[in-house]
Parts: sequence; C-alpha cells; structure tokens
Amino acid sequence: MKKLLSFKWLLTLLLVAITGYFYSKDGVITSSVVSTALIFGLPLALAAMVGIMCERTGIVNIGIEGTLLFSAFVGFFTASATDSDFYGVVAAVIAGTASGVLLAFMSISWKMDQIIAGTIINILATGLTSFLYKQGHTAPTTSQIDIPWLSQIPFFGQVLFMHGPIVYIGLVLIFVLYIALFHTAWGLRSRAVGEHPGSADTAGVSVFKLRYLNVSIAGAVGGLAGAYLSLELVGSWDRGFTAGKGFTALALMIFGRWNPMGALAAAMFFGLTQAITNQLMFSQIVKIPDQFVNMLPYILTIVVLAISAGKVRPPAAEGQQYEKEQA
Amino acid sequence: MAGKKFSRTWLTPVVAVLVAFAIGALLIYIQGADPLKAYQSLFSHAFGSWSGIAKTLGKATPLVLSGLAVTIGLRAGLFNIGVQGQLVTGAFAAAWAGYFIHGLPIYIHLPLALIFGITFGAGVGLIAGALKAYRGIHEVITTIMLNSIILALVDYLAGHVFQEPGQILARTPHILPSATIPKIFSLPSGFFFAILLAYGVWWVFQRTTSGFRLETVGRNKSAAWYAGISVKRAVLIAMAVGGGIAGLGGGIESLGVIGRFEPTFNTGLGFDGITIALLGRANPLGVIPGAILIGGMRGAAASMQFDAGVAPEIVDLILALVLFCVTAPFLAKWLKSTEVGAKITSGWGN
Repeated sequence: MKKLLSFKWLLTLLLVAITGYFYSKDGVITSSVVSTALIFGLPLALAAMVGIMCERTGIVNIGIEGTLLFSAFVGFFTASATDSDFYGVVAAVIAGTASGVLLAFMSISWKMDQIIAGTIINILATGLTSFLYKQGHTAPTTSQIDIPWLSQIPFFGQVLFMHGPIVYIGLVLIFVLYIALFHTAWGLRSRAVGEHPGSADTAGVSVFKLRYLNVSIAGAVGGLAGAYLSLELVGSWDRGFTAGKGFTALALMIFGRWNPMGALAAAMFFGLTQAITNQLMFSQIVKIPDQFVNMLPYILTIVVLAISAGKVRPPAAEGQQYEKEQA
Repeated sequence: MAGKKFSRTWLTPVVAVLVAFAIGALLIYIQGADPLKAYQSLFSHAFGSWSGIAKTLGKATPLVLSGLAVTIGLRAGLFNIGVQGQLVTGAFAAAWAGYFIHGLPIYIHLPLALIFGITFGAGVGLIAGALKAYRGIHEVITTIMLNSIILALVDYLAGHVFQEPGQILARTPHILPSATIPKIFSLPSGFFFAILLAYGVWWVFQRTTSGFRLETVGRNKSAAWYAGISVKRAVLIAMAVGGGIAGLGGGIESLGVIGRFEPTFNTGLGFDGITIALLGRANPLGVIPGAILIGGMRGAAASMQFDAGVAPEIVDLILALVLFCVTAPFLAKWLKSTEVGAKITSGWGN
C-alpha cells in the first residue's frame, strides 16, 4: 500500500514536470491541451461516478451507455423545442433519473440479472432514440463562463476556469460525491449495503430503499453527463454518438478502485491521451489514420483492465440479489 | 405432459413478441402512420412471396449463427456481447480469402475461405476468453471494447490496405466465383447449413460430455471446479467456439449474400443475436424461429418505409421491446411459465 502511494505521487510529480516543461516551451498550446483533456475527460469521469454510486451499493450498471445516449437525446431535443439550454439540461437529468429508476426496478424489485437489465437499458435507449430521431434540428448550447479573476491566472485560468457550466457543476459534484461517500452517514450506509447487505439490514438500514435511492441519483448524474455531451461538448445528437463512453467509464471505475478521486484521475488520463493525439494530428506532427485514433480509448480500456485486474477488489455484494430474511 | 411443458417454455417468448408489436403499433399510430398497413407491408414483403422468403432466409442465416454464438456463451455462464466483432472479423477474413487466393477449384476455395472466417472469428472470441480466464476481466467489457476496435480496424483495412482499386468506398474487391456460395432453388444454401449447425450444437449440449462440462461451469463454477472440470478451459472453449460460429456467419454473409466485404453491411447482426438467443431461451434450436422472424423484419423494413411511411428504425425499437418483455419476469409470472434460467452476473475482477 505504501509502495503504491509513493508510485502515485511519483507519477503526479512526473506529470507536473512534463507539463511544466512543455508550458515553458509553448504556453498557449500546453494550456489548451490540458484544458481539452478536462473537456474530454469530464464525461468519462461523470459516467464513472454513475458506476461507482451503483456498485458501491451492490448494483452492477452496464446500462450507463444507454443512459448517456437517451438523456443526451432528450436534452438536445428539449433544448431544441424550448429554445433553452437550461430546460434541455433539466430534461436530460430527468431522463437520466428515469433510466436509473428503470434499472433499479428491474434489478431490485424484479430481481433480474443485472447484466441483462443493463443491456436492456442500452438496447432500449438505442432503439427508442433511433426511431424518434429527426435530422436537421439545432439547439442552443450552453455557453462558456469565465470565472472572474480566477480565469486570469496563467495556465490554471484556462485549464480550470474557462469552461461551460456543466464542467463546473460536474467537477463540484465529483468532489461532493467523494466526501459524501467516505465522510457521511449516507456514504457509510451505502458502502455497507454494497459490501454486506445482511449486516446493514440488521443495523437498521433499508437495503432496498438505499439501493433505489442511489441508483436513481446515479441516473441523474448520468443524465448530466448526457446533457454535457449533446449540449456542451458536441452541440448536436447523432445515432450512437456516445461511442462506448459508458463502457469505458466502467473500466475507469475499476481502475480508480471504485473511488471517485481515482476514477477522476483515470478519466483525466484518458482525456489527456485524446487531447495530445488531437494536438499531434492538428499540428501534423504525426499522421495517424482516424480509425487508429478512434481505437485508442478502447485499447487503453482493455490494457487498463488487464493491469488492474486481480489487484483491485469490487464491492463484495456486487451483482447479488438481496433477500430479506423471514422472521 | 410434453405439450404442457412445451407451452410453458414457449408461451412467454410468443407473448413477448406480440406485446412488443402492440407497443410498436401504438408508437407508429402516435407518429401519424397506419400501424396495420405498416405491419401488413412488413409481413407480406418478408413472408408473402418466394423472393421475399429467399431474402428473409438470407438475412436469417447470420442471425441463426450469431444467436447460436450468444447461446453457447449463455450456456457456459458468459455474456458474449462481442458476437458483432467476431462476426465482422469473420466476414472480412472470408472475403479476403475469397478474392485474394487464386486458382483453386470451388470445392477447395469455398471451404478454405469459410475456414478463414471461422478461424479469425474464433481468434477474436479467444482474446476475450483469455482475458476472462487468465486476468478475470469481465467478458462484457472486453467484448464491447473489441467490437469497437474491430469496427475501426476493418474500416481501415477495407478502406486502405485491401481496398478495391479505383474505389472511393471502403470495400474489398469482389470475391471470385470459386468462393461464392451457390444457391439452391434460388434459396441461399447457407441457411440450411446454419440449421444443421444449430442442430449440431443442440446435440453437443444434449448428448456429449463436452457440452455437459460447459453447462456445469455455466450453472455453478465452484461445483464444476470441485468436480474437476477446468473452468478456464470451459471459458476459452465457449468463447472460441462462439466466436468461430459468429465468424462463420460473417463468412456466409460475405461469400453468399454480399460478395465482398463492406464495413457498413454487417452492423447490428451481433446485437440481434443477443435478442434471438434470449428469445430462444438459450436453446440452440430455439434460435431458429427468432432468427427467421427478425431476418424477415430486417429484410422488409425498407419496403415498409416505402409503403407506410414508417421509419425502418421501428424494427430496432420492436426488438428492444421484445428483449425487455422476454427477460423481464412480469410476463413469465403472469403466464405462469418458466423464466429464463441463465444467471450470468459475476464481478469485474474475480
């Protein structure tokens, strides 16, 4: 454990040193690459939070991809119809919550196999959105907010304080989730339910209620991630445009050891590789076929899993049904 | 007694399909089109004429095989979502062998091209199987990642390295006549082969120790381990055989229907395989009716759009609803029938 901790700090130091070196060489490009890393990494981080919230209470959620696709769809077309980005985001969060409730219903009340329940959410979201999709719509997107004073700081200003509203909300949400999960009664209960629901039940925690609550809130977070994709990052919606982000998020969750901070770091690493690749392509330093650039996150996901497998331990009651003992 | 058992098993899938079509009708109606006209067009194009049936069976062929691939996984306790990638790899490899290798008679060239498809499909399945067996990574994640990787890879290969000369589209040259699957009475002969294979898989699970081993691992890993069955081996075999069958499906599609490899032509076949396998209750023979139904719908969707003005994506939605109705326990409870027994959830790292 101690060895790993020092490895983590060494890696951080190395990253800081490399960033500093490039910043001294070309400040504009370095700031923009790191800022882009955050922009690309955030949806993955938020989607990983969905996974963490569900699995920490013992529910496997492979329907994140469907939640993203569906909520991004609802958000985009609501924003288009109402001509308001705000209503779009609200609608996306509601849609995400709905998908969370559906997952909770299937896996908790109906006691379905959770992998199949998640797959149903994915296939249902794909079917519903591609049937209802109409081409040629535009929607207002969220606009960038420069935080006064803070955005003037060199490097950090552009990296952290010149983004759209969902980036700020999302980052705050991730920190809040981290504190809530490890420093509040709710977090302790949630983790207990995910590790040993029987004991939690004996201690007076309602396993069903807490699982319902957490999976639904997770759905809302997924909805926010969907809204970010269609209304802030891309500015449009297309069939299958989430491109596996919901699955990559699961790998990041595992790599980050079911810890919000770990998953955030992993997501930022993914964002950084994409941002660097983009920059290299843009400045024509290297010429890589598009297909290989697109492949990169998926290959990284498998590599990351192959490295972390066996070294990390998922919540013990993950994927299992809980039957209350009869008195 | 046998009749009662039969109806208990198959009542739920049949009712699930009917419920899905009813909900689909409602959605078509809400969109302002005529659902009866749409369904009439769909089914008359799919099953109403000889050429329609030929098209339906052609579409059903890879679906039978992708359904079988998913079924084998389910039986061994694995959820193989990677059938899509395995199938596409097989389609590409078979097409490559079909146009690149010259000077062989059909009775050598055609089987050889199909073996290429099988081998490469099995190889892709084996990657996910090995990651599961030796690193404990859940096959759902690895197979989904492999799907995307393969999609990009074959798009690159068909668009650059093995592209048809002078072509803008990403596609390989046309296969040679010596690698083309002949038709029997204008029906695609691959279909009959697929049916035979479904029967073969059924026989393996019903009558052989290898099938029994896979099934035991699928039902209870620890029990299988105590009984001296190698769980790792079973995982590798199930993924390789499933991938091989999916690859064969892709190969038949390339050599019998499309005549070359074109990346956009095989999309969705693997995902339909999941619906088909669950609709068939993870029974190798049960995939056949589901594959014919879905093949018919896929083949006739474009005509339905022309006749009734309904977007062909309604088929995707109906299939999603079928999957929901057939796996959700409410129908089974209501009909007092048996539920799908497959229990496939396991953790990410163990």
